Amino acid sequence: MADVIDTLANIAPDSPLDRVRAQRPQARVHAQATYDSLFKPASEGDASKRERFAIALFVARLHGQQEIARHYGSFLEGDAALQEAVRTAAAAAEAKGPYGQYPEGPLSAEDTPGPAHRIAAPVREQLGSRLAAALEHTHMLVFHPRDASPPHLQALIDAGWSVTGIVVISQLVAFLSYQIRVVSGLRVLKARSA
Amino acid sequence: MSDKVLTPPEHVEPVVFTRDQLDWLPWLEPMAEQDLSARHMAALVDAARAKSPYFRLLARDPEVLEARTRTDKDIFYNPEAGLPRAERELAAAATSRFNGCIYCASVHARFAATYSKRVEDVDRLLAKGVDADLDARWNAIVAASVALTSTPIAFGPEHIDRLREVGLDDAAIVDVINAASFFNWANRLMLSLGEPSATGAAASR
Repeated sequence: MADVIDTLANIAPDSPLDRVRAQRPQARVHAQATYDSLFKPASEGDASKRERFAIALFVARLHGQQEIARHYGSFLEGDAALQEAVRTAAAAAEAKGPYGQYPEGPLSAEDTPGPAHRIAAPVREQLGSRLAAALEHTHMLVFHPRDASPPHLQALIDAGWSVTGIVVISQLVAFLSYQIRVVSGLRVLKARSA
Repeated sequence: MSDKVLTPPEHVEPVVFTRDQLDWLPWLEPMAEQDLSARHMAALVDAARAKSPYFRLLARDPEVLEARTRTDKDIFYNPEAGLPRAERELAAAATSRFNGCIYCASVHARFAATYSKRVEDVDRLLAKGVDADLDARWNAIVAASVALTSTPIAFGPEHIDRLREVGLDDAAIVDVINAASFFNWANRLMLSLGEPSATGAAASR
């Protein structure tokens, strides 16, 4: 199967950047293995594929990455209502990161407060409370991860997520934060080397 | 298994960025050491990580943990070509400083200082933040890491030009991209699944 980062960054076999990426073969193979494990999980008991792709679509939209959003949205093709709900949720959730608070002390001078995003009631109903809670958590992880605290995890448990499910959501958003940046960086480098 | 949020034991919360060894206390129950199967042990990659609550928590999804760890090791430890280890660690420390991950910054500031021997510059980055003046080459690496870490991503051709001006080839630039991007992965896990503590013994990345 094609390497997703190469596909999204449009890196052709035997091109100069293909050869540069080949110098970190384990990073390349295992970024792909992470993607495969997250989106073709052995078990959907803690987080369904539908939920995983909805979160991925939301993360890509929050980053303003249309092509990557299309990639993840394409896995929800049979579920137009969900795609639409996620897009509406993302359009209302735009922000600039990273912001957030530090523990009280000398770093308080660097606090850059910002909103804890809440998804509006009509969209929340379309998403269901479990997925809505996951997307609110996702917004925090994308834009202001240093604001994370135990009550954020309690909100996920209250919405029906298991501890393992929370680990999956965290890995999903964190991995996508990596993947989107690698793709963006490689695209810029490729354009500058042409 | 009861799904609940943990209340960490009483501890001293670090309130500054530091190169000191810190502990990390989980907010969710890690797997118990005696419950780790051969699959989980393989996912930890280093058997010593069975002692770490962070890795035992991530072991709840062993496939993803193993792939994450092998990605991490190749980006930072592969000696073939590219950026010197010290500067890969600098990108990791700068990313962690900018996102505000006191725990991750402590680990990678230590590595950056150890491999570069530039302790004062590393400490200036921790104390003053990502606008600290280090030198032309380090400033370029920090600025590129910060631009890539911003959301929306602010990394552009000017960052490539600046990295080239200070001597980085494409392999080294890809290492900066990989290292900064990887810490956008790691920071989000460490920040959102537990908290640092100034007391006790060390954990690892």
